[in-house]
Parts: sequence; C-alpha cells; structure tokens
Amino acid sequence: MTSEKIPRYRVDGIIPLEVIKELGLFPPEERLKKGPVVLIECPEKIPCNICVSACPFGAISMDSIIDIPKVDWDKCTGCATCVALCPGLAIFVVDLSKEDKAYITVPHEFIPAPDVGEEVILLNKEGKRVGKGKVVRVFERNKTYVVTVEVPRELVFEVRAIWVERRK
Amino acid sequence: MPRAIKKIDRRIWHHPILEFKRGRKIKFYFENQEVEGYEGESVAIALYANGIDVLSWTPEGRPRGAFCMIGKCSSCFMIVDGIPNVRTCREPVREGMHISRQRGLPPIPEIKKRREEKVEEEIIETDFLIIGGGPAGLSAALKAAEYGLRVILVEDHFKLGGQLVKQTHKFFGSKELFGGLRGFQIAETLAKKVMENKNIRVLLETTAYGIFRDGWIGLASKNKHYKVRAKTILFATGAYENYLAFPGNDLPGVMGAGGAQTIMNEYGVKPGNNALVVGAGNVGLIIAYQLLQAGVNVKAIVEIMPQIGGWAVHAAKVRRYGVPIYTQHTIKRVWGEERVEGATIVKVDKKFQPIPGTEKDIECDLVLLAVGLTPDVSLLKQMGAKMAWVPELGGLVAYRTKYMETTIPGVFIAGDVKGIEEATVAMIEGQIAALSAVLRVKKNDQKAIEEREKLVRILEEYRQSPLLARVREGIKKVLIKEGEGA
Repeated sequence: MTSEKIPRYRVDGIIPLEVIKELGLFPPEERLKKGPVVLIECPEKIPCNICVSACPFGAISMDSIIDIPKVDWDKCTGCATCVALCPGLAIFVVDLSKEDKAYITVPHEFIPAPDVGEEVILLNKEGKRVGKGKVVRVFERNKTYVVTVEVPRELVFEVRAIWVERRK
Repeated sequence: MPRAIKKIDRRIWHHPILEFKRGRKIKFYFENQEVEGYEGESVAIALYANGIDVLSWTPEGRPRGAFCMIGKCSSCFMIVDGIPNVRTCREPVREGMHISRQRGLPPIPEIKKRREEKVEEEIIETDFLIIGGGPAGLSAALKAAEYGLRVILVEDHFKLGGQLVKQTHKFFGSKELFGGLRGFQIAETLAKKVMENKNIRVLLETTAYGIFRDGWIGLASKNKHYKVRAKTILFATGAYENYLAFPGNDLPGVMGAGGAQTIMNEYGVKPGNNALVVGAGNVGLIIAYQLLQAGVNVKAIVEIMPQIGGWAVHAAKVRRYGVPIYTQHTIKRVWGEERVEGATIVKVDKKFQPIPGTEKDIECDLVLLAVGLTPDVSLLKQMGAKMAWVPELGGLVAYRTKYMETTIPGVFIAGDVKGIEEATVAMIEGQIAALSAVLRVKKNDQKAIEEREKLVRILEEYRQSPLLARVREGIKKVLIKEGEGA
C-alpha cells in the first residue's frame, strides 16, 4: 500500500465524480435525461452486497461480494430503495429529466427528519452550505430517512446531504 | 475537595436511531448526596449522566474518569458499599447503594465480615464452554446448540451482545449474515435466540478467571463459584482499546472511542459537547458520525498516517456534515482542571515526528482515542496456547488452524481475540469454531464438515478485498497448515 500512490479520496474523504466515472458508476447522459437514476459512490472493494439484494428490479449486480457494484441503467427506476439500505450511505439518486430543475435523493439519519414541502439546507461533500432546497419526497426504512430535494441543476452533483434547521 | 453536585442531566431523550428504554428510577448515594439513576444503568453511567466526571484520584492527586466502559480497564474503580476497587462500569445501580471515590490507595475492608458470607459452588460438565457473549460467542453458541451440543456461555457483563449493542450503524456484508442490519439489532436477534435455546445455559455477570492443569475451569460471579469441565472451549473474549501516550491523557474526558460509544449508544448519555477524535480508522470514522447523531459537535478527526485507515465511504459520511479530517496529524497534549478543556494537535513528518510550529489548539471537552485494539488473550496465554506477536492483528495472538483450533486440541478462538477485524468476520468464525467443536464431540458429522467448509470459503472471499491485505498477511503468520499439529 505504501509504495502505491494514495488516491486523494483516501486522504480527504471526498470521493470525486471522476473516480465514480472511471468505475463506470456514473449514469450515461441519455439515461440521465430519462428520469431518476442511481449514483453509487462506492469506490472500494468492501465485502458487502446489500445493494444487490436491496434492488427490487435486479438492476445492481456483483460477481463476488468484494466487487464494486455494476448498474444496469435500463433496469434502474431510481426508486431509491438502495439509498435507504446501503450500509455505507454511499448511494444517491439524481433526476435531471426536468429542464429547469433537478432533484437529488440523499439518506438522512439525523433529527429532525424533514417534512415534504419544507425548505432544508443543502450540504456538499465537505459539509459546506451551498444553498437551500425544497423537499419533495420522504420515506423511511429502519430509521434511515430517504429525502428527495429540489436543487438548482448546477448543484445536483454537489449536494450530498441535507440539514433541517427549525426555529423554535 | 469535591464540588457540590450541580443538577446536570446528560441523558439523551431524542435520538435519530435509538430509543432508550429506561427502567424505573433508582435513588442512590454518591458521597452522601442523593443521585438518580435508572434500572439497567451501571453506576459509572448513572454518575456520568449526573455530570460527575471524576471517579477517583491517583495517589498523586490526579483526577481519573471513565475510559473503556466495558470492564477491561481500571479507570472506573470506586468504593461501592464499603468495598473498594469495584469496576463501576459493570456494576448495576441498586436502590440505596453508597458510592464514594478512592483517593490514592483505598482502605481494605474488614475481612472477617466478608468471610462469613457463604459462596455457593456448582460443578458443571459440558460439551462446549464459550467465554464471551459478543458476536463470535453468540453465533458459536447457536451453531453448536443446533447440532445438539450442551453449551455454557459465560459473559462478564450483565447483558449479552458484546460491543454489538452499541453499534448503531448498518453492517456491511450480505443479507444472510445480517448485513444491512444495525449492530444493536444483530445483538438483539442473536441474544434472543440464545436465551430461548434449551441447549444453551447463559451465565451473566460471571468471569472465567483461570484454567487449571487438571482440566478444571474456574468461573466466578458475585456469590457463586463454578468449576467447569468442558470437552471443548471457545475463547471469544474480544479485545480492549489501545491507549496513547501524551501529556494529560489521564484527564477525565480522554476516553476510548468505544467507551464513549457505550456511554451514548448503550445507555443514551451524551459523552460531551465538543469532541476531538484521534484515529481515522473505521472505529474513529464511525464514532465521529455517531457523535453527530447524538448531538455532539465533532471538531476534527486527526490521523497520524498519510491516509485514512477506514473505508472511504465512512470518511465521506462525516465529511459531508462538515467534520475535517487531518491526516499526518496527531494529538500533542490536552489540558483542563478536572475535565478536558482543550487539546493541541500537531502535524507530523514522514517519520511521524511532530513538526514544530504546526500546533493548533482545539477547544473540546472530549478526546476520543480510536487508535486500535489489542486482543484479550490472557486466558489463552495462561493455558499455554502457542502465541506470536503479530502487529497486523493487533498484538499477541494464538496460532490457529483455518478451523479456528489453537495448538491445544479442543480449544478454539473466534472474533477479535484471534486478531482485530470486525463483527461479521467474528460471527462467521464463531460458527466455524462451533462446528469444529461439534466435530470434536461427535466425530464424522458429515453435515458439520460440509457446513464448515462452506463457511471457511465465505470467510476467505470476504478477506480478498485489497484493503484487507494487512489482515491477510497477519493471519498467514499464525496459521497452522493442515498436517502441522492441532
């Protein structure tokens, strides 16, 4: 390990899109236009295949438990079941099918969980507040909330978390 | 002089993942002042929840507080109803009990009175004795019981589950091996099955204290002594957290990361307000995320190595909530009166030496050490199993076959005691060890042989990940190949 070059994300903990693209985990342009689709940011060979068994459409596959997931872009419906179940909280859903706006779906395990229609703070990969967005969908599985939020198109690949701030 | 107890309640009443089911209120006395705890809490926890950080003073007058919180260190020794050196992290709160702090060496209680108390003794013969009720021990007990073995499971805590009970994150792995479930949910599932199983007898609050030449194993609980003769034994004793040398490291508020996890996730008590985490392995990264979930502000994670030790996805999880990770940094010192009030971190060079002038002060009341674990091998050493020092596995560990048998026939190991890994591996190893015990007791059980081979293959596949190369190297050093004894 020491002789090899250390990937930048193993130093700063920020997994860049280029790495995701190299792994073939970035959805093709045409697929992005069609509707919600999964974006798996899982660059390491973790012995884990929860996303494979989680997907109701059989869109995620692995040959061995230590493989990086492979996505069948035609089968993925962007339902976000895998977002709820991924133990690494490494899966997101992006939707670029509308012209003027975009949507990102993120996991949320903090209190409070947002309500549909609520405006929440958008956080990027470094935890910087990059804007505010309106929540359009929320569901929960085993205490992980899955939150879909409307974001400016240019922020869809930047936002990775939301934060709920309520005045008392 | 002890400060008057301010009305402080550090208990967590709302948590995104956990619901804390507290028992009835219990009143007890801390240095003659009434304090409140809840049934199911330990003394150390109830005191911590009431804002009491200093649990004792050293002979030099230095304050000491909680450190490991799982009965492995001596940081929480106090005087309980006149008895000194009671490990208060493992002592349940009881109505009307009197707790006081030790100042230096505590007075020895009157021996006469203690001698009059009758200690009951029981002799047990069993097929399979399991020491440790964590993921490895529980999985082993269930597997052995499934094959009809009579099992004794010994656990020194007052509940089962080991360190799984405080894991709130979802586990990696496959669905078949509880992957996707949260650690405490796995513990609940396993513990329930074990308690319901007629072939398994569980001895809680019981310590295995020694193994004797004539084959007897001594177990002791508060009022009972057991002499056990077992056809096979599994050591699933886990590990304890490593310490780190720096000025002020004994100040209350400097804790093992796992200690803080016990406080906040097992008992629902906020361990502090502002934390510094030392070590960016999986433990450090996961604890940082769990601190955020408990409402603790995480100021930074420092890591002495040039890269993060844990999985990148765990690092990404804390980064997106604004926690900085400083690689090539370490802790230089902490300061404070009776509790940590701040810490200095410093950048290190390629030889891990502090670079003068790079110091940075961080205001915090909690410094969590996530700098590795050491296998708890004391009984194995005492028994005479062949051991080796393997840094990749966390220190001294026993030689073992791929079927988890040590150099002593019929004596097995599983989980962190065999080398530090994680709970999914511990569960697989527990099952492999149990099947090996089955094959020692009932020879040639074809089903057991086949199942064991399958599990060995699963384990090998798990460990093929490039990031687990170090563990693989470590295991190679202490693996007894077939035909080489045992």
